[in-house]
This record gives sequence, structure tokens and C-alpha cells, in this order.
Amino acid sequence: MKRHLLSAADLSHSDALLVLDTAAQLARVADRPVKKLPTLRGRTVVNLFFEDSTRTRISFEAAAKRLSADVINFSAKGSSVSKGESLKDTALTLEAMGADAVVVRHGSSGAPHRLASSGWIGGSVVNAGDGTHEHPTQALLDAFTLRENLVGGEGDLTGKKVTIVGDVLHSRVARSNVLLLSTLGADVTLVAPPTLLPIGVETWPCKVSYDLDPVIPESDAVMMLRVQLERMTDSYFPTAREYSRRYGLDNHRMSLLSERSIVMHPGPMNRGMEITADVADSKRSVIVEQVANGVSVRMAVLYLLLGGNAPAATPINEPSEGI
Amino acid sequence: MPRIVVLGASPLGGAPVDIVMDGDRIVEVVGAGKTDTGGARTIDAHGLVALPGFVDLHTHLREPGREDAETVESGTRAAALGGFTCVHAMANTEPVADTAGVVEQVWRLGKEAQWCEVRPVGAVTVGLAGQHMAELGAMAASAAQVRLFSDDGKCVDDAVIMRRALEYVKAFDGAVAQHAQEPRLTEGAQMNEGVLSGTLGLRGWPAVAEEAIIARDVLLTQHVNSRLHVCHVSTAGSVELIRWAKAKGINVTAEVTPHHLLLTDELARSYDPHFKVNPPLRTQEDVIALREGLADGTIDAVATDHAPHPVEDKECEWSAAAFGMLGLETALSVVVESMVNTGLLDWAGVADRMSTRPAQIGRVKDQGGSIAAGEPAHLTLIDPGATWTVRPTELASLSRNTPYRERVLPGRVVHTIYAGNQTVTDGTAQRTR
Repeated sequence: MKRHLLSAADLSHSDALLVLDTAAQLARVADRPVKKLPTLRGRTVVNLFFEDSTRTRISFEAAAKRLSADVINFSAKGSSVSKGESLKDTALTLEAMGADAVVVRHGSSGAPHRLASSGWIGGSVVNAGDGTHEHPTQALLDAFTLRENLVGGEGDLTGKKVTIVGDVLHSRVARSNVLLLSTLGADVTLVAPPTLLPIGVETWPCKVSYDLDPVIPESDAVMMLRVQLERMTDSYFPTAREYSRRYGLDNHRMSLLSERSIVMHPGPMNRGMEITADVADSKRSVIVEQVANGVSVRMAVLYLLLGGNAPAATPINEPSEGI
Repeated sequence: MPRIVVLGASPLGGAPVDIVMDGDRIVEVVGAGKTDTGGARTIDAHGLVALPGFVDLHTHLREPGREDAETVESGTRAAALGGFTCVHAMANTEPVADTAGVVEQVWRLGKEAQWCEVRPVGAVTVGLAGQHMAELGAMAASAAQVRLFSDDGKCVDDAVIMRRALEYVKAFDGAVAQHAQEPRLTEGAQMNEGVLSGTLGLRGWPAVAEEAIIARDVLLTQHVNSRLHVCHVSTAGSVELIRWAKAKGINVTAEVTPHHLLLTDELARSYDPHFKVNPPLRTQEDVIALREGLADGTIDAVATDHAPHPVEDKECEWSAAAFGMLGLETALSVVVESMVNTGLLDWAGVADRMSTRPAQIGRVKDQGGSIAAGEPAHLTLIDPGATWTVRPTELASLSRNTPYRERVLPGRVVHTIYAGNQTVTDGTAQRTR
């Protein structure tokens, strides 16, 4: 493993499997009455969020706390050169506090990369979503969920067909998933209107389709991306209804899926836009499972990056400590 | 002013000569070793290439308004160190150089600094807002004698305003220098749009946004029979369009920056804003086309687009950072690396693209001459075999935002003579008068 996790491309095949296997081990802790391990006791993890994202922040917070790390939540919304404290000064502040790992969420693509390469901080940097660039721990939790549901929770995803539908152009989730899932051997197909695909997508390690219907029957998993309504005012597509008709997942399309195929969504969902309520709440939907897996995967990432010396899943003895 | 005798220099890389200057003129050019140096100040230039002083068509001196980034004094000192004897100061200052008062102020500051000639560029529209034409005639008639007009930093995107400006400047032999950037196609743009922008998640600045404006403007220029200069051409398609326009006899000239001749968008992978510039760094194919365009004369001039910014505007995340990079002190070396060492341009070609043609485009009377008796005494002496390492803190600019940090570059400006005064001696800026 590299010292930082900035992009899903930082993970080799064996790194990715190591994270998933470690996460699987750690997931079992969640079933114990005391969900806490001493592994990262005395280490400090800072959640540095320049952008609101309650779900990602609490997922990282829960992950760090279950490993007994000290957690500092630093919300620096709106921070930038033009509006207050700079990224550099924030970083120097965290460094002075002795952060061992900094989990960064930032609206600007590459901001975690800047933190990691600038020399401003000494700890590990984990990208928790940067602009329209990447969100590698989301891809890891998606890979974990796919592995649990499609291949029995072991090995990689060789030959599994994963379809990712929606606003690829602005999606950090799609970028990280294409990289990680292809590393793990899955066949990824992106489906979107041409306006929501980036220039150069044909060079990505995946297939591309403008039509959803032909891709559905052969998909082992369909991942729906959130589509923001403001894309409509920017003329990426004419109306929400047209988008839903052409690219939304409804009961009819779900019925064309093969028997064991699953439906995923990174959240938060626009029910009625890219996914209907019926589909989101159906038996095929693993959306809630994705959230639970997020904690395990983030525990694994923190554990591996911070190089915990003790085995990952040694139970804790002191009764005074518990969640 | 003492006589200066330059001993043993090679004009345009040719046979060594002695060059005698008296006052602000070259008075004699004779075979090396045949000059009586009695009473003269001598410069040993054996092994050095002599070129006419460089003329930059595109310099941001930042004064008035952003004296924390650069001043006329510091910027022109940097220019002298880069071998320039004339720079064109862009209009996007605070206040904007859109009146005779502001252009005369900048012109006067340049005169006082004495490092090189400063030719202010006037804004095309009031406040660079693209709405109302500025008083171009007043700027042209002022002491600054403005001949180039540009809203650089912003495109004159309104076709009617552009047409009117092109027509209006004909009255005083002016030209509109266009920053070709279709604004709607580049909203929020951060880097060249291509495979890499998609991967890096940075909003793309497509080549077509530059090319569409150039296509429109050369046709407008033809229609109203005026003169257009295209700033910082950055794409292969733009080179094609300008080549086509010139073949049609349209009166268009173009410049390319040193950084677009050497650097590519691959550098954005680092997310280091020192590589953030407008227009953005493009692909290797664009770099090759720009080099070829400059070599065959489709592109007339190298212009630095020297754009100083304070440290905090670059020491941040990419999207928050300012666009632009320093260029004056590295221009010659980058041209040597990209054009001379590649065999695309000889020293006569360098003189043509960095001095003669830019002086013609800017209608600068006493610049861009040849190295001969009677010509103005502006000279740049270059050690073609030297290499040097770029260290931001050692540059004369008040700012440090060079994209060449710690890079080893070939070719070094050793001496610069401006109007018969030595402004740079052994790579150090010092006035001799």
C-alpha cells in the first residue's frame, strides 16, 4: 500500500484485495456486542471536510472510533484563498495537532493530492471525495458489496458485469469505480447521455453505451448515480422526465435484470429521478448494505495506512471502553 | 554616455565582429579585433551570439493596482535580464488601462525605470467589460502612442464590438490584439479539455473555444480590411486557421508563448497550480504544431504572457489558484530548447520572431532593427552553450510563479544593452548611466 489513498488507481490488484479481505475480517467485529478494537489507540484521525457530507463523515468517524483512534472533526466549509483560511494554513494547523491521518473531502479536484504532495503535513491523506475527480473509499465499499453479493465474499470480480448509469461527467464515484472494478477484473459499462460523458471516456478501461435497455439484461449489478437537477438548467438534458424515461431505473427495467443481479446507489438518491422508490426499496437493492460496508472498508483503509502493529481484529478487553 | 565597444560577438551567430555604439546608435560594425577601443567601455563578447534587443508583445507588469505581484520597475528589470529592450504592458491593471491617463502613467513609469522601453497596450472596452469601446483615439494620441489594443484576460466576444474596434483602429494604424476565448464554452474551465481533464476531474477548456473566435475574427478582419493580432495561440487548429487566413491575404499576425512551445497538459497531473495558465497547456500534438507554425512564420512572434502572481495565489488548490506564469527571464532559454536546439529556428529566426516582427506588430519605431551602423543600440548578447538552473527566489520578478522551478535550461542572456546603456552585465541587472 502507498502512504496515501488519493485515487483508486493507487491500489494494485493485491492492494485492493488486501483492503477487501481486511474489511471482511473487521466486518465481523460489528457483530460482536462490543464493536471496538484497540488497534489505533493513541493515533489521531482528522476528518477535514471542506464540503458538507454527513454520511461520509460519520462513516469515517465510526470507522476510526471502532479502531480506538482519537477523532477530530474539522469542518472548513467555504475555506479557500478567497474566503478565509487557505488550504495550506488549515493543513499546517492539523499538522501542529499531530494528525496521523487526514481524511479530506473537498470541492476542488486534486485538493487531497495537493495536501499529500505539498509537504505541509506528514500524516497519511485519505481522499474522501474531491470535486469531480475521485472517491476511492466509495469504490472500495462498492467492490466489497459486489464481492459479498456476487462471488461469495472472496477473491476478485473477474468477469462480473457492472453497469454504472448516470452523470459520469461530474461523478467522482464513477471515476473511482471504473478504475477499481477494472483492476479487480470486472467488466464495467458506463451508460449516460453523451452530454454527461467526459471527452476521452473511450480511453477508460470500460465500455460505454448511450442506451440503457440493451445493457440491463446482461448486468450482474446496476449502479445508479445521483443526477442533480441543476444539470437540466445547464442543458445537459432537456427535462427530468425525459432523463428518467431514458436513463432511470424503474420496475420495468428492473424486471429485465437476471435473477441474481443487484441494484446499487452511492446515495443520496433522487427518488423518482434516476431510481424509482419501488426499485430503491426492492429486494434487489443493496443500498443500505453499501452504507454498512462503508464503515468496514474505511476501517480497513485506516488500519492499513496507519500500519497498525497489532492484528486487525484483536478484541478489546477493557470493559470501560465501548461505544 | 560613453562609447561602448562589443568585442568579438557573433551577430545572428555569424562571423565575429566588433560592434561600436555611441549614444543610442550603433555607429560601426567591423571584423573582430579591428577596432580602436581607446576611451571606450568594452564588453568582451567572444563566443557570444549578438541579437537585436527582444521585444515582448505581451507582458503583465501589474502596476497600477497589484504592486505586490510586480511593478513596472521590477517587471522591466526582469525583462532586461531576459534580453528584452521593449515590453508591451497589458491593460488589465487596476484601474484598467482604458484611458490616456493610465497608459501615460505606465509609459512614464517605464521611462523612469530605464530598464527597457515600455509600450502600454490600451483596453479595447471600458473596464475590459466588453460593452463600450474605450477612448482608443485618446490613447493613440497620448504620449504613450498606443498602437495595440487588447482586453487580454478577457475576450472581446461581442461580434459587433469586435467589428467596430477593428474598424476604428484603422484611423491610427492600430491593431486589436485578441484574447481568443469563447466565454460560454469555457465557463469554470480549469485545463485543456481532453483525455486528461476527464481523468483528473477538472473542467475542460476546449480548443474549439479558441479556434471559433479566431475563425470569426479573421473573417471580420477581412471584411473591414483591418489588422488583427492573435494573442497566445495555443492549439494546432488555431495554427491551421491563421495559416489559412494569411494565405487568403488577411492582415493577421499571431504570437505564441514560450510555455506553449515546451510544456503540455500532462503537468496538470500534479495538481500544482504553477502549471495553471490561460489558455491552458495543451497536448504534445499542439506543441509540435505551434513549433512548426513559429518555424514557418505562420506564427510571427514569441510573446511571454509574463503573468506574476503572489505566492498565496499559487500555493493552494488548483481551482482556487490564479491563471498565469512568469516568462520574461526564461523566454530565451525556452526558445533555445524548443526551437534552436531542435533545429527549427536559427539565430536569425530567433531575432526575427523575438525582435523584428514583434516590433513591427507593435509599431515600435526604434526597436527590432538589425545589427548595423545607424541602427538603434539595443543588443542582447547570449551564451548559446551555457545552461542554468531556474530558481524562483533568484528571479528579479517580485513573484515566483515560474513553471520551470529547478529545471535546467540551455542558453543564457549575458549582457543586454538598451539605447546604448548596458542594463545587464554578466547576468546581473545594473544601470550604467
